[in-house]
This record gives sequence, structure tokens and C-alpha cells, in this order.
Amino acid sequence: MAAMQPATAIAVPRAKPKLVRRFFSLKRLQDNWQLYVLILPAFLSLLIFSYVPMYGVLIAFKDYMPSLGIWSSPWVGMKYFNQFFNSYYFWDLMRNTVGIQIYGLVVGFPLPIILALALNELKGGTWKKFSQTITYAPNFISVVVMGGMLVAFLDPSTGIINHALGLFGMKPIAFMSDPRWFKTVYVLSGVWQGTGWGSVIYLAALAGVDPTLHEAAIVDGATRLQRVWHINLPSIVPTMVILLIMNVGSLFSMGYEKVLLLQNPLNMSSSNVIATFVYQQGLINGAYSYAAAVGLFNSLINAILLIIVNNIARKVSQTSLW
Amino acid sequence: MNTTLIKDTKADRIFKYFLYAFVLLAVLIVIYPLIYIISASVSDPTAVNSGAMWLWPKGFSLDGYEVILKYKDIWRGYGMTIFYTFAGTGISLFMTLPCAYAISRPDFSGKKWFTTFMQVTMFLNGGLIPGYLLIKTLGMVNTVWALLIPGAVSVYNIVVTRAFFQSNVPWEMQEAAKIDGASDFQIFFRIVLPLSAPIIAVMALFYGVGIWNSYFGALVYLQNKALYPLQMVLRQILVLQDMQQGAATGAAITATAAEAMERKAELAAIIKYGVMIVSSLPVILIYPFLQRFFVKGVLIGSLKG
Repeated sequence: MAAMQPATAIAVPRAKPKLVRRFFSLKRLQDNWQLYVLILPAFLSLLIFSYVPMYGVLIAFKDYMPSLGIWSSPWVGMKYFNQFFNSYYFWDLMRNTVGIQIYGLVVGFPLPIILALALNELKGGTWKKFSQTITYAPNFISVVVMGGMLVAFLDPSTGIINHALGLFGMKPIAFMSDPRWFKTVYVLSGVWQGTGWGSVIYLAALAGVDPTLHEAAIVDGATRLQRVWHINLPSIVPTMVILLIMNVGSLFSMGYEKVLLLQNPLNMSSSNVIATFVYQQGLINGAYSYAAAVGLFNSLINAILLIIVNNIARKVSQTSLW
Repeated sequence: MNTTLIKDTKADRIFKYFLYAFVLLAVLIVIYPLIYIISASVSDPTAVNSGAMWLWPKGFSLDGYEVILKYKDIWRGYGMTIFYTFAGTGISLFMTLPCAYAISRPDFSGKKWFTTFMQVTMFLNGGLIPGYLLIKTLGMVNTVWALLIPGAVSVYNIVVTRAFFQSNVPWEMQEAAKIDGASDFQIFFRIVLPLSAPIIAVMALFYGVGIWNSYFGALVYLQNKALYPLQMVLRQILVLQDMQQGAATGAAITATAAEAMERKAELAAIIKYGVMIVSSLPVILIYPFLQRFFVKGVLIGSLKG
């Protein structure tokens, strides 16, 4: 720290008079101006790319015409919302979105917990490291490669899955084009990809379990299973609650990426979800206002759902997001 | 916790068998498709498609990789992805680290409102369409900027980084430097950053892998195929099965037309597996060595969830 000044400067920055704290004060800005410079890039980025689009949501209540811009386009009120609610596909979209998400939650939520409890019982050693490295790995596979794997593995005539089914005398199943299979394919591939990585956070919580609890339980003659059930499991309940809140809160917020890759005209009746509908309407058909209205409706349900679930969790278990 | 002093009961032994069986099963389920892809990429296409190849390579052949090597789109995509990954990660770090440091400072007067300003964006957002219209208005559609700038800041990553600064760089040390006359810039660049190599690595990996693996931004914002990242090229090969390029190259290898048609279909199928490997290679190569950094990132995040 050669550039620093000698210690005689101590008194100078401390000598400032106490100001009445106001929302905006030039003095405070002066004291911290370098810190304000440090937040500037992130501030501008969020302002432009997160806040400006919030203003852009206005087009959901307007007939957006690119030539007129957002502000000058004519107001139409709730027209596009009504159009969406009264459309024949409204309930299909809702059912598909929530159906896939709930399916994913029911199957995908307990597995990382079980895996973490099991991995935690492997006390150190190469085998534990190896199994962690392997089970975490799919998380780093891109969604496009994942989609490609599904297309390849599930092909009715050349896919390995159908060859395996053939060994048991079963007829090939057209997984990718049969709407009845879409949700299962989507959810199970997600489980394959996410379970290992999902266990990391539980393993961290398990690492914090007080070893004296286990010692006392051993003295009292508890079996390992009993210790896992009565000591380890309860100790990760707060983590479980937080993750459950986040999962339930995002029941309606389904990403575009994976569905868009697995969707095809044949499985549309089961793969058409709100997200892909917004993409289709807005970016392919150019119905900006309509798509923005559907998107806004979707994020409103998200927000409401998150608040409700959070409040329930706070009442029931004293654990909540905020 | 050493339990060797007490002899395992029968229940404990059964537990142990189930435990190992369960973990083994989990590992097998995960590893099987990965081994299959590797084997399939170097096997005879006919053996793969007929189901004769199910674990180890059958009828060793590198034809798939040969086609991939000549497939110009893949390599152009590769180049673009490397560019997007490095440039994007750099931009993201430039926005994340300084900001996280500033709000980690207990004496920063803007801490409170800026934290709220950030957190609002985690719950509210304009959505796909207003976001797209903004990018369009800014003239960024069909330019590399559309992939580099809009998603550069992740609020979650800022929160994680702030948590690291708060718990790993003692405030007393910074205060001492401040008393010695160091400016906030000096404290950040000369004290905090040198002590924060782990979080810089974690963030670079999170952002880098995220950019490497993403395709959606390109799908939405790019029409110019010359700018496509690798994942968009992959999407055409793997999912849309747009094989014109690859098929043409495949046809050049074979002799008669009828045979060419057949080989074309097979090669189309076989380069799939090779492409999966080629595209994931950088991530696969760094992952085992940097696994602890990824895990660390999740852990820091979970503490300050």
C-alpha cells in the first residue's frame, strides 16, 4: 500500500459534522462518490434492461403499433386480457403449464433430499467424491444437448429406449410425438439433469448438523436409519421449506428454453404452455400487445402465488423468504 | 464421527447395503446415457441405430467426427460461442464485482435503496415482449450486443458475491486502510479484489457456463446465421435435424447415389453424438477440476438466501 498517506490524515475524514439524515444529501453523495461509481454499471444495466421493460408492459393495455411507439399507441383497456380469458385454449395453456410444473415438483422435489441424505451417509472417501462428481455432471449439459439426447434416445425406430422396450416384447412408443408422453419426458429428463445438483444445498445443510446429537443417539442405541430419520431429516427442514416456497411460487413461471426445444406440432396439445404461447404470439406472429398481456397475466399470478405461499410458510413453520 | 467402537447391528448392516445400492443406482442412471453418447459417437452408425451398440463402441469408426471437422457452421458457431463466453463473462464481472462490493460496505449510504432497487427486479419483470421491443428500439437486434449486454447482470450473483465480501474480507482491514487514506477505489482494487480470487472464479464459471450453454437469446435476437452461437447450430442439427450441410459432406464421401442416400441418413444420425461431445467438451474438461468452485458458489448463496 505504498500510495497510502501517512497516519496523520486520521482526524480529517472523521471530523464531519452530523447532518440530519435526509433522503438525498449532497454530503453523503460526496463521501461515497467512489462507491456510487462502482454500482453505476449494474445500476444502469438494471435500469435499462429491467425497469424500462416494466414501463413497456403498458402495451398490454394498448394496440401497440411500432410506428407510433409505446406511448402514442391507442389504449384498448382490457381487450387483450379478455381475448385471452375467452379463448378456447386458455384452460389448455393453464392446465399444461401447471400440470408440468406440479408433476415436476412432486417427482423432482423429494429426490435431491433423498440423494443428499444418502450421499451424506457415505462418510468421505473416493466413492463419495466420485458419486458426487457424476451425479452433479448433467447440470452442466446444455438444454440443447439435453433436447438432442431425448430426440435421439426416444426415437421410435433407432432410439435405445425403444430397443430396450423391444427386449421386453413391447411395441415402440413415439415418445416425442405422443402428447400423452410429453409431460413425463419433460419432467423425468429434468429430474435426470437436476437431482444431483439439487442435492448440493441439502448436503450443505447436513454438514451443519451437530455431531454430538449423533453421538448421543448412538449411546442411546439408535440405528443409522433412525438417526437419519430423526436427526438429519429434521435438520434440513428449513432448507426444504425455503426451496418448496420457491418451487410453488414458480408453478406458473415455466422457462421457454426446454419446452420450445421439445415442442412439435404433434405433441402440441400437451406441450403448449403459457411461455411458448407468448413466444409464438409475440415473436413469431408479431402480436406484441396480445403476447405482452398474456405475459403480464402470467407474472401477476406468479407474484400473487409467491406472496400467498410465503405467508403460509411463515405461519406454519416460521421459515419464509422475507 | 467414528462409530467403529460400537459393532454394527443387523439393522445397520442392512441399511448400509441399501445405501450403497441406492447410490450405485443413482450413479448408474446418470452415467449410462453419458457413456452411451461417447460410445455411440465412435461406433458404426448401423450398430447404433439397430440397437446392437448399447454400452461399449461397436464397429469403431470416426466417420462422425470426420464430418464434424468439415462442418463449417459448427466451427463458426464454436468461434462465436468462445467470443460470447469471454466477452460476456468479462462484462458480467465488470458489473457484478464492483456493485457487490459497494453494497457490502456497511458505510455506503446508497446501500439500502439500491438493494431494494435490485430485489424488485427479482419479482417483477416486463417479460419477453417488452424486453424484446426495448432491444429492438435500441437497435441491438441482430448484433452481438443483444447477447452480451441485456442479461449481463444477475441479481442473484450480486447477492452471492456481496455475501462473500461481507464474510471473507474483514471490514476492520478496510477501515484501517481507509484511515490510512486509501480511497474506496484503492480499497476495492488493491485490498478486496486480491483477497477474492475464489468468488471471482465462481462468478466467472457461473456466468461463463451459462453463456456457453444458452441458445434462447440468439433464437430471439439473431437472424444472421453468421452470428449464431454454437448452441443454435446444435439446435438445428440435434433437434430440428436440419442436415443439409452435413448430408452434403456425407454424400461426397460415398460412391453410388443409392448408397449415398442411405449413408446420408446414417451419418446424419451418427454425427449427433459426436456433436454433443464436441460442444460440451470445454465444460466437461473444466468441470471435474472446478467442481468445488461451483459447489462453493451454491453454498455461499444458500447462506445468504
